[in-house]
Amino acid sequence: MPVIRAVSLVLAHVPSLVRLGSKPLRVLREVEQPIEYLRPHLRDWNAARAYAPNQVFIGNVGVDELAARPTPWHRHPIAGAQRFGPDGEIMPEDEFLGLLATCDGFDLLALTGEVADRARSTLDAHPVVGRESGRPAVPAGVGTAVLNERIARHRAVPLVGVDGRLLGAMLPGHEEDDTLTGQVLLENLACKATAALALRHLLARPGAIAATDVRYVINCGEEAVGDRYQRGGGNVAKAVAEWAGCARATGSDVKAFCSGPMHALMLAGALVRSAMFDDVVVVAGGSLAKLGMKFQGHVKHAMPIVEDVLAGFAVHVARDDGVSPVLRLDAIGRHEVASGSAPLAVMKALYSEPLERVGLTLLDVDRFSLELHNPEATEPAGSGNVPLNNYRTLASLAVVEKLITREGIDDFVRTRGMPGFSPTQGHIASAIPYLGHARRGLTEGGLTRTMFAGKGSLFLGRMTQLPDGLSLVLERNGARPSTA
Amino acid sequence: MGLEDQAAVKRVADEHGSGVVVLLGTPDAESTQTLAQTVVAGDPSYAGPLAGVPLGLPVFHVFEPEVRDQVPIDVYEAQVALMEMSLDRDAILAGLREARRAAAATS
Repeated sequence: MPVIRAVSLVLAHVPSLVRLGSKPLRVLREVEQPIEYLRPHLRDWNAARAYAPNQVFIGNVGVDELAARPTPWHRHPIAGAQRFGPDGEIMPEDEFLGLLATCDGFDLLALTGEVADRARSTLDAHPVVGRESGRPAVPAGVGTAVLNERIARHRAVPLVGVDGRLLGAMLPGHEEDDTLTGQVLLENLACKATAALALRHLLARPGAIAATDVRYVINCGEEAVGDRYQRGGGNVAKAVAEWAGCARATGSDVKAFCSGPMHALMLAGALVRSAMFDDVVVVAGGSLAKLGMKFQGHVKHAMPIVEDVLAGFAVHVARDDGVSPVLRLDAIGRHEVASGSAPLAVMKALYSEPLERVGLTLLDVDRFSLELHNPEATEPAGSGNVPLNNYRTLASLAVVEKLITREGIDDFVRTRGMPGFSPTQGHIASAIPYLGHARRGLTEGGLTRTMFAGKGSLFLGRMTQLPDGLSLVLERNGARPSTA
Repeated sequence: MGLEDQAAVKRVADEHGSGVVVLLGTPDAESTQTLAQTVVAGDPSYAGPLAGVPLGLPVFHVFEPEVRDQVPIDVYEAQVALMEMSLDRDAILAGLREARRAAAATS
């Protein structure tokens, strides 16, 4: 069976880009200075770094520790919160803008001289994506007059800082192509940059695989990169592999809305199991379009806009090393076409059926990782506590299967679930953020078995009414003789 | 209720008139109350197409016994029972009662 050798999870704090999220763009279209409107609700990096859910995301704080912390989390910052954690980092915006520029191979993103110089000096000293990592240099900045000209005459998208100053501008890639506008390309570039950052973190781990030994990269980020003739043509995986120095790798993109990462991990496991490749990396970058998605609720409740971070992750799937958690390819939960959309059928297909197939029940799983949206992002907007609702539904399935009583629902949720702590970055919030914690728990900690489930809202694309879903079981290496 | 959903409800109500019934599947008391209020008395946030438009539509929640009794038991088990067990049914129905009371008081 394949194993999960390493995991990285990164955040980039980008308050200035919140304005360019799909929802803020649409809602604030008539507002002359959107950044002025948003400013009272935009956090600085210190606040974003000390925000408990973000610290859980990079692995510095455990999920049970988060559950025990006072709420609201945005009013109870973590003292002495670190930028780096065992799983990754929370990168500040001034560095991330430089990182974005290094990912742009077509000179479409231009930063002002001051922004470019500051980004270069800090980014070059970065422990993981510093100058010696082999990445492209942060390009020289451009004068404000040139940027203004690009914005006024060439439809470049202005990047405006929280303080109202111009930071840079993103040119379109083609004059008449709606799939290559400055906005679309900025979204794609943000996805590439966060995925690339996550991949470099993965490769910088002690004992990590050499970049040149990575042979296949699967990207499951949400952005459909392409042009007018091939809107979702791809291939972000290869672009990320190139940037990160994986010279012998090729790759491709896997897409299935929020269940994309589960499909990608399953396929990576299958490629390793089949001996096609010994080492496969799954990556995904963040979704700029989802920044500030629920900002109206945050503004209404006079709280910070907590959807101010882009997320990215990378996972190394490898041949069994006798130590790392095993990805059980014999216990994949699948939402099949005939499964339909009735909740009971969907839940059985994703959870109880795959476990039953290998002689297990829901009670043999120590922790379930489902959609982990931070409730502090969703509840103020009236979208409820997504993870809690899903854990309660899962516990209700355990009642239906007569594994627990109805009175045991709360206990099931508390001990086998966790509070949501992920930014609302779609595919990434879907189970993935617990992967770093699970890997530690299944090697150094007391976990024996965890289950990850992603669900995708395929119907949003208007091609089918069906949802999608896929689940995976990760198990302590050697927990069962049959996994060897 | 989102602006698109408000527009859709308004369109259906305009097209079909008095025969329209709204069936909610809302997961908590607050959203139940807000949505019920929106389709009866108009958008309480005054932001959407139903702002100031009191459609006065009859509104039910899928957890109400009157609704459950209309549905074959196996369909209810497959489609609704799991959610009913996991959500706070009593609070949801209390939210709906409150919305109905408020609507009756203002009509």
